[in-house]
Amino acid sequence: MIACCIGLMIADSQFNLFSSARVYLNSIVSPIQYVADAPQKIFSSFSENIMTRQALVDRNQQLEKDNLHLKADRLLLGQLQSENKQLRQLLNSERQFKYKRMITEVMSLRSDPFTHQLLIDKGALNGVYLGQPVINEQGVVGQVSQVGSTTSRVVLIVDATHGIPVRVQRNDVIAVVHGSGAWDQLKVPFVQSNADIKEGDLLVTSGLGGRFPAGYPVAKISRFDYQEGELYATVTATPVADLDRSRYLLLLWNDDPLADADLTLDSPEEFDAPAE
Amino acid sequence: MPLLNSYRVIYLTFFVCLVADIFPLPIMFNAFRPNWMILVIFYWIIALPHRVNIGHAFILGLILDLLLGSTLGTHGLLFSLLAYLTSINFQRFRNFTLVQTTLLLGVFIFIAKLGLYWIASSMQEIVLHRPYFWSIFTSMLIWPWFFLFMRYLRVRYKVS
Repeated sequence: MIACCIGLMIADSQFNLFSSARVYLNSIVSPIQYVADAPQKIFSSFSENIMTRQALVDRNQQLEKDNLHLKADRLLLGQLQSENKQLRQLLNSERQFKYKRMITEVMSLRSDPFTHQLLIDKGALNGVYLGQPVINEQGVVGQVSQVGSTTSRVVLIVDATHGIPVRVQRNDVIAVVHGSGAWDQLKVPFVQSNADIKEGDLLVTSGLGGRFPAGYPVAKISRFDYQEGELYATVTATPVADLDRSRYLLLLWNDDPLADADLTLDSPEEFDAPAE
Repeated sequence: MPLLNSYRVIYLTFFVCLVADIFPLPIMFNAFRPNWMILVIFYWIIALPHRVNIGHAFILGLILDLLLGSTLGTHGLLFSLLAYLTSINFQRFRNFTLVQTTLLLGVFIFIAKLGLYWIASSMQEIVLHRPYFWSIFTSMLIWPWFFLFMRYLRVRYKVS
């Protein structure tokens, strides 16, 4: 039995033998997850049903106000988008901004004590794939790490094994953000002591890794510290998305990952020239 | 029929404990969640060693691995180890007082958590949080009530 267990563990962790079988295995146990999730769902639908009329009216008004503001912003956005497109055409670099999206609901936050994952209620049947970016309305949340047929697991950006390429919005300095294992902290390793990064700078995805589309906010720098004599500065950041409090998330379909990478800043002719 | 009936009760308690183990809780209380699976396996092996064996513990551990998304087999290994330790000593553990079994359970859960940490740290890069071991104390607090309740269930439904 023990040999069997150890064999299983090695097979799963080192050789990833079960990555395809896990889809089916996860589907087998998903009824238990639905049962565990049910009371919370019932409670939330219950509390939605017994709202007072006044609360509903207030909320409706609030939402309409928000909607008005957002629509007004959108008017400008359309204009900016077309302008941006024209400018990009002038520069010969196309970039895509439209992605297919899908709303998903968080089923449970808790998982293995050592990893930061959450369970969402969309799976392979909805077209979810491994490594798919997941965001909410505030910023990047994480990426899909395991897919079941109707549920999937999302590893969060604060997980100790997660890294995401970013750039500073203010001045395009690039960096990589690693998870720290704590819920509200991220690490930014290998930053030069004289790098132009300040506390409060917003980090957005750079799209260089090819997984995440470029331009989504990830974190804010919370501390920039350089001790004399050390190789790199100690930089920590806090995620902009409320990772432990969001109920609804968005799945993004990042169809053409390298389209965002802006690999060719020079025109192709110039690029080929030295080879001739 | 009595055999089928007793297995029905046993599997129902397993199912309830699995659900309790993955039931969503706020982050703050998550660390205090008792290890229901260890409690229930420990109880049934002491009470009915001829019904619940290491195989059960192994299968339950695998299911828990799948539910938690951890490496396949970690919980399976630890649960079957604990089940083995319990089943070779069940005669002795039966005669323990409630206080003694509570302490013993604390030791068992500590071993399980330590093993879990050790396995996980050898597989991937992890960070140990201080609240990680607090669930030992909540489990020990829960155990006497859990034990009495399970004994009531066992007598009430004549599980043997």
